[in-house]
Amino acid sequence: MTKSNRHEIIIAGVGLTPVGEHWDKQLRTLAFEAISAARKDAGELVPDAIFVANSLAPVLSSQTQLGALISDFAGLRGVEAYTIQAAEASGGTAVRQAYLALQSGQIDIALIVGVEKISERPTAELEDALVMSGDADYEAIHGITTAAQAALLMQRYIHEHNLPENAFAGFCVNAHVNGANNPQAMFQRAIDEKSYQKAGMICPPVNMFDAAPVADGAAALVLARAEVLPETPSHPQVRIAASSLATSTVALHDRPDILALRAASDSAEKAYKFADIQAKDVQLFELHDRFSIFAALSLEACGFAKRGEGWKLASDGSINKDGSIPICTFGGSKARGDSAGATGVYQIAEVCLQLQGRAGKNQIPDVQTGMAQCLGGTGGTAATHILQRMDGS
Amino acid sequence: MQLPRHWRLNKQRYALEGEICTHCQAKIFPPRDICPECGEEANTPLNLSGRGQVYTFTKVVQPPESHAEQAPYTVALVKLDEGPTVTAQLTDLDEDQQPVEIGMPVEMVTRKLYSDGDRGLLIYGYKFRPLIQQS
Repeated sequence: MTKSNRHEIIIAGVGLTPVGEHWDKQLRTLAFEAISAARKDAGELVPDAIFVANSLAPVLSSQTQLGALISDFAGLRGVEAYTIQAAEASGGTAVRQAYLALQSGQIDIALIVGVEKISERPTAELEDALVMSGDADYEAIHGITTAAQAALLMQRYIHEHNLPENAFAGFCVNAHVNGANNPQAMFQRAIDEKSYQKAGMICPPVNMFDAAPVADGAAALVLARAEVLPETPSHPQVRIAASSLATSTVALHDRPDILALRAASDSAEKAYKFADIQAKDVQLFELHDRFSIFAALSLEACGFAKRGEGWKLASDGSINKDGSIPICTFGGSKARGDSAGATGVYQIAEVCLQLQGRAGKNQIPDVQTGMAQCLGGTGGTAATHILQRMDGS
Repeated sequence: MQLPRHWRLNKQRYALEGEICTHCQAKIFPPRDICPECGEEANTPLNLSGRGQVYTFTKVVQPPESHAEQAPYTVALVKLDEGPTVTAQLTDLDEDQQPVEIGMPVEMVTRKLYSDGDRGLLIYGYKFRPLIQQS
């Protein structure tokens, strides 16, 4: 796509539900909450197509065909609708699909809803479902879990780079400090490094505070081509400056270098090129922090730190709100809570709110450009979006 | 119960049957039809020796339902002497005498991986134990 024939795609509305254990809500009611909020925010625009991001409903809720189910329940019966599944990258992948559909010229307005009902099953059954993002025949069969995959990466990382103890504490502390100011976060209490040090191991060297809580949540976005929007928007306009997706191997052991998240670096590079910016132009980064090791590796893959030095950005404060590259500004998966296939939609909504100046107590002053990236499993899929506030709005 | 799914992988699970690429001589496990090194077609079977080293490891204490009866257990990435890396459990460990560490030499053994479902289909396959030194 050349620059001259690109359509301008605007985020016309966002809707977020709190992440948590919503025992009383069905998958469809939770999705509808987010959809209602996003459509209200977008001035009740009627979508031409709906993209549902979800990873686990076929296993946890015994439900497929979410596109039709959710569009019907949301009062949009008959609308073209899809379900997009790419494990924890489903959210970003759905936004990418909506973006392509809008760019194609066949639709003008797209609704994306990421939804996940995690609390349907006991923990051990949930582990079986979550690890489906890995390679079933060559990883899951050996009893590996998502925490174990993160631990294999973290163990090797610590070994190769000779890290001091508690090198990852800063990721957790930053996420919880930011989560404390997010009224919708699952955990709204700041913690200090001492709490991190005292946390029990869940899969050594991954401790309880290196792992994000996985829970129910839904997030929605309304995207529209600029020309169909009213001339005087109610919020500062934020455009999608780049949307990209790349893949790598699903199994960790198939990668020549497990500490290089190739899909993450490939999709970030494509996005930088498309938006005509460099990593240093990104003023905030909502990254994949399901486990703290992924935050360190993502910062390296996307050009914010040299190899083996991603963890330093957490210990020297660079990732804090007033640092050079703020991350997890609403708490990230660690404190806002992680909703698997919905997480990528939360991230993009949060970057949008920051750029619009609607981020509340965690507002980063005067931000123009932000990035969101979600990973499926250990990084088999990576979807990256760069958002920019429109000039003069 | 998933009978064919496991049956078709028996050679890989019991004998570490991989492949050798006849174009660039890369040794491949698990088998795949396109060589990850040179991109050419690869489908010549090769049994791997089963010797290797621990590349990284961890201990699972919160297992998935499928492996609950085995917990706690140690899983590792094992770098095989021929080149490929595999995910597998480590077994026959005596951690007081010989703690697991990166670089530890290991060898393949055949063990029960898990039992599949209520009907109790037992799935066997490769695990790795500390290399027994030959004198």
